[in-house]
Amino acid sequence: MKRFLPFIIVVVVGLLAIGGGAYFYRVKRSANPALKISRTEAAPSGEAVHVLGPADALVTLEEFGDFQCPPCGRLSESINQLQKQYNIRVIYRNFPLPMHAHAKEAACAAEAAGQQGKFWQMHDLLFREQEVWSHSKDARSLFQAYAGMLQLDLSRFRNDMDSPEVQQQVETDQHRGAAIGVKTTPTLFLNNQAVPPSDTDPNKLPALVENAVKSTKPSS
Amino acid sequence: MKSQAPTTVRPTSWGSRSQTIFYIAAALIALVGLAEATYLTVLYLSGETAVCGGSSDCFQVLGSSYAKIGRVPVSGLGALAYFSVFSFATFSVFGYARARTFLTWTVVAMFCMTLWLLYVQAFRLHAFCRYCLFSAALIFLLTGLVVARPAAERT
Repeated sequence: MKRFLPFIIVVVVGLLAIGGGAYFYRVKRSANPALKISRTEAAPSGEAVHVLGPADALVTLEEFGDFQCPPCGRLSESINQLQKQYNIRVIYRNFPLPMHAHAKEAACAAEAAGQQGKFWQMHDLLFREQEVWSHSKDARSLFQAYAGMLQLDLSRFRNDMDSPEVQQQVETDQHRGAAIGVKTTPTLFLNNQAVPPSDTDPNKLPALVENAVKSTKPSS
Repeated sequence: MKSQAPTTVRPTSWGSRSQTIFYIAAALIALVGLAEATYLTVLYLSGETAVCGGSSDCFQVLGSSYAKIGRVPVSGLGALAYFSVFSFATFSVFGYARARTFLTWTVVAMFCMTLWLLYVQAFRLHAFCRYCLFSAALIFLLTGLVVARPAAERT
């Protein structure tokens, strides 16, 4: 028996490591499922928009946001939860404010990640780590590190961040916002109706969305 | 290794006991390293980014091109290396002489890799990752044990 003991120990530890890793992987994947309904689609006007949720959702929440704006960061997780809870359609548009030093660069980073199909992952990461990169002297290198964590092609990401297409995308969002009267962030539109600034709060928004869902549900 | 008969050297009862303690200690350290490396590998594979939450240095290191070789994360290679160390240490406890040689060379290779990764963090990325430093500490411990081992075997 003693002769086989080291083999048994090694095999058991190996199986435990693989099994434990596989279990942990499953737990992580179920906690953070891959975004199944996330895409960049062409709006009727021709510009690309970042959409989360089904195209035929009863409620559409459109956000004009700034990745460096703290209230936008606080609202981000709340919007994600509402999207999952009510299966609403969420549209995110960039509206970097000039007073935020790294906001435009962050918007470009999100758009560059979007070029590789990971806009929403970068969106969530930028908001979650907002406190860190906002106060960094070299935010750009942090954005590249985030891209690395998201397993993006780094040289492509760097090129895309400075590309005219990405800059143009951010500016198109800004122009669209300015054209419909957006002046600050976060500015929300619920089924094309502007949400009063006092209600763009993680505590008040859920009730508004719930009411919108109830009022649009077929009565039958 | 399967066909090799155990060739335990037992100079004295204390020498044998100290060797056993040494190899058990090495196996336990390797287990800790295996757990940490497996944790990081799973997070990498699942696309989890919260692992660095709030630490820009951690992002700089784990998000850098040095954190993977090709498409394989360095943490995955680390898990494999720690498992090898655990296996060799376990076989050594049971007197497999060749396992001791493999153990030494694996730890030496890990030590060299650790020096390279510390150099990268200090001079290329200018950022240190707490997970990497913890792993480096474990490997220094293992190296210390390997270096100290001949003295223990002489007693």
